[in-house]
Amino acid sequence: MTMAIDILSWLMLTAGGVFVFIGGVGALRMPNLYTRMHAASLTDTMGAVLVLGGIMLQAGATLATIKLAAILLFLLLTSPTASNALASAAILSGLQPDEGPIKRGAKVE
Amino acid sequence: MIIIFGIFLLTLLVITALAIVRSESLFAAVILTGIFSLLMAANFFLLDAADVALTEAAIGAGISTVLFLGALALTGEHERGGSTNRLLALGVVTVTTLIVIYATFDKPRMGDPEAPVHQHVGAWYLEKTPELIDIPNAVTAVLGSFRGYDTLGEVFVVLTAGIGVLFLLSARNPGRPEEFPAADELDQGLRHYLVPRVVGRMLIPFIFLFGLYVQFHGDYGPGGGFQAGAIVAASVILYALLEGEARAFRALPMRVLKWLVAGGALLYGAVGVTSMLLGSNFLDYSVLASDPIVGQHIGIILIELGVGITVTGVLLCVFHAFAARGKV
Repeated sequence: MTMAIDILSWLMLTAGGVFVFIGGVGALRMPNLYTRMHAASLTDTMGAVLVLGGIMLQAGATLATIKLAAILLFLLLTSPTASNALASAAILSGLQPDEGPIKRGAKVE
Repeated sequence: MIIIFGIFLLTLLVITALAIVRSESLFAAVILTGIFSLLMAANFFLLDAADVALTEAAIGAGISTVLFLGALALTGEHERGGSTNRLLALGVVTVTTLIVIYATFDKPRMGDPEAPVHQHVGAWYLEKTPELIDIPNAVTAVLGSFRGYDTLGEVFVVLTAGIGVLFLLSARNPGRPEEFPAADELDQGLRHYLVPRVVGRMLIPFIFLFGLYVQFHGDYGPGGGFQAGAIVAASVILYALLEGEARAFRALPMRVLKWLVAGGALLYGAVGVTSMLLGSNFLDYSVLASDPIVGQHIGIILIELGVGITVTGVLLCVFHAFAARGKV
């Protein structure tokens, strides 16, 4: 049983790490703010859920698990809110979604 | 393993510091300062200094970022071009760096039991805490009881700083107009932004509750008045940002804030005077109850409460002072 839990938790931690990595790469390489935010939000949601879930499995039925669950709930509430605030601030400052600065090298006709 | 984390965090710290120096947008610099504080908090936590980490995260990354942004709203967003003498600055920085590097040669290895810091009174504090004060968190015991004078001094430093900022920033009396706000003034803040408002309102009670937990759990775990004061202030500042200044003043009027600022420091001093009146030294809590250990517990809880109240009051006063300047 502990073996199964260990394997599951290992899988979740690795998958979470992969999602965080993809989010980081996307945040660097996506062409404009909105697509970058879209990539970065992967870190907040899938990354956080999987990594914290993996740690929760490791912690077992202890107080630490409850604390981790509280952190997860807090992250799931605040990260989308922060993304929303960021996006609306960008819109208000006049950055149109399809007119964002294009990355060097990628020319549009 | 810890050493890898440490090197990783310190590298990120250096990168962030360089980015702060190189950034010309002050807004970006402020956000980077917040990140720097958060990394620093993680570093403190790696060094087993959970109390310091909590303070750094609450004050460094939280409140000071908000205060910096408030200050930024009053000035421009961009750095003025370099007119200073760069060679002189470079010289000063180089000399300071060399001195600091030279000083590290004499530094004991991390965690070395023979280090001077572990030979001084620190060991005595750790040894006597279970016997004399009997609370699990030795940091609180040292801060609240053994070193009660120092903490009293810190509270008065916070109080003085708050009064100083209020004198500098509020040219007019900030207490009066906000107390009876007009109806249209109540519709300020982020009231038209639905998502942050709903989520923020949902979180405020929990932030407040967590602040109280940190306040009263300081005897048993990381926490205490300074951290709790910052967290409680953060919840009220969040309320002010979401609902507007006027509503925050309705919840906590300026005259109440002034009482909080003075009252916390006064409570701390009063505990000291009480122990003097009961026939012992200033800030010797043992005489506060028939059992010396219970007396210590009562004293520490009271002075931590005083610290928390003053810190909350001062941070809120400073925040409101910045916000009031923006309206003039």
